[in-house]
Amino acid sequence: MKLKGWKDLTPGAVLTEPGSAEEFHTGSWRSFRPVWNPENCIQCMFCWTYCPDMAIKTKDGKRDEFDYDFCKGCGICALECPGKKGQKAIVMVEEDK
Amino acid sequence: MAKVLAVSGNEAVANAFRQINPDVCAAYPITPSTEVMQRFTAFVSDGEVDTEVILVESEHSAMSACIGASAAGGRVFTNTSSQGLALMWEMLFIASGMRLPIILSLVNRALAAPLNIHCDHSDGMGARDTGWIQLWSENAQEAYDNTIQLFRIAEHMDIRVPAMICMDGFIISHSIARVEFLEDDEVKKFVGEFTPVNPLLDVTKPVSYGPLILPDYYMEYKRAQHEAMTRVSKVVLDVAAEFEKLSGRRYGLFEAYRLDDAEIALVILNSAAGTSKDVVDEFRDKGVKAGLLKPRLFRPFPYEEVAAALKGAKVVCVMDRADSFGGFGPMYMEIASAMMLISGNRPVLINKIYGLGGRDYLPEHAAMVLDEMTEIAKGGRVKTYKEYIGVRE
Repeated sequence: MKLKGWKDLTPGAVLTEPGSAEEFHTGSWRSFRPVWNPENCIQCMFCWTYCPDMAIKTKDGKRDEFDYDFCKGCGICALECPGKKGQKAIVMVEEDK
Repeated sequence: MAKVLAVSGNEAVANAFRQINPDVCAAYPITPSTEVMQRFTAFVSDGEVDTEVILVESEHSAMSACIGASAAGGRVFTNTSSQGLALMWEMLFIASGMRLPIILSLVNRALAAPLNIHCDHSDGMGARDTGWIQLWSENAQEAYDNTIQLFRIAEHMDIRVPAMICMDGFIISHSIARVEFLEDDEVKKFVGEFTPVNPLLDVTKPVSYGPLILPDYYMEYKRAQHEAMTRVSKVVLDVAAEFEKLSGRRYGLFEAYRLDDAEIALVILNSAAGTSKDVVDEFRDKGVKAGLLKPRLFRPFPYEEVAAALKGAKVVCVMDRADSFGGFGPMYMEIASAMMLISGNRPVLINKIYGLGGRDYLPEHAAMVLDEMTEIAKGGRVKTYKEYIGVRE
């Protein structure tokens, strides 16, 4: 993306387009990636509730894959995940592994 | 038709605000600016204005509320002094960075410690780099006139930055002086309707203020902010020309007093300039070519114009009613920068610090300085470039 020069900006850094944060893919900041294992998922939706970045997608009222464009890898979902019989449904994996 | 009244500086400024009738005012009154709000809130109570006055718990909150109201789309003002301005400091940058044309009347007062309520310019000079326009005023008349003009300047579509009017605490704020008021409808017409830019209250066009801007764009926004400031001088002069037609009173970027052929020139702000002008006259009567430059627009500073006005002088003394401890006074640094634009012979430039914390500045102080400058102009040695005057050893 070509960056704008100083003459082309809205004075005062006022954003005139609503919802423009969606264009800013903060997922690139992630160093740990949450990985979802549906076999251990009981669909409690704790991860969906706790995710501070709305990075857990849903489908037909159920948990679906992560939205890796916006997941910063904070790990809250993995911490909160109760899993099934002691087996977590979300584990954090280092990005470069 | 002008009305002439005997009023305090604070009362003159409060009446300018009454005549303009801004949408919102958030303030936390502080000595010596308290009377501006005391009088203005009386206008509100008496129904003479329909300004929404917001009671806040501190000056930081006052400026925060002004920022919110201005971003919402209102014409907004506040008023403070000294510690109050110091507490606003964080928010001053936010107001200017968001390009909100908030007006602040600053009644200059020293900064603690030691605690002091009297006049010096440390508060205004401390806000030098906040991105606010500053107009300085010698007396109540100038403070009144500057207040009216400043709304036009700050709100100009080429500029849109916040601005403050400075006048001397107690010396001007509390002294009763002759002030020529314009008629209410003349002022309203001169200032005009406020035109908001990207107002938050326009729900048909939603906007966000205050986003996080990272290294990829921050510098571009700051560069654009400087550009807005480069357009201020022209607007100040245009507005002054229009104001002169209305009032008969002439304003420029600064006042050049008997400066054309001056060999020695004082640079001095605000009320002390009045005292100094009398002494300049005495020296002229004695045949000494003395002159004076009284800055009006201090931010943005008109370097080229000031350099052109001072280049003929042999000796220039910059009088500072504020200090930069371990440095020269703040006005000296500006004049020194302006001098760098002069090619060839530059005037000898000395600095005196005077009047801190309300210490009297008397005609004999001006005379002492002008005598010293006369000696230097004759080829005498500069004893010291920075000196405190009116201080006990």
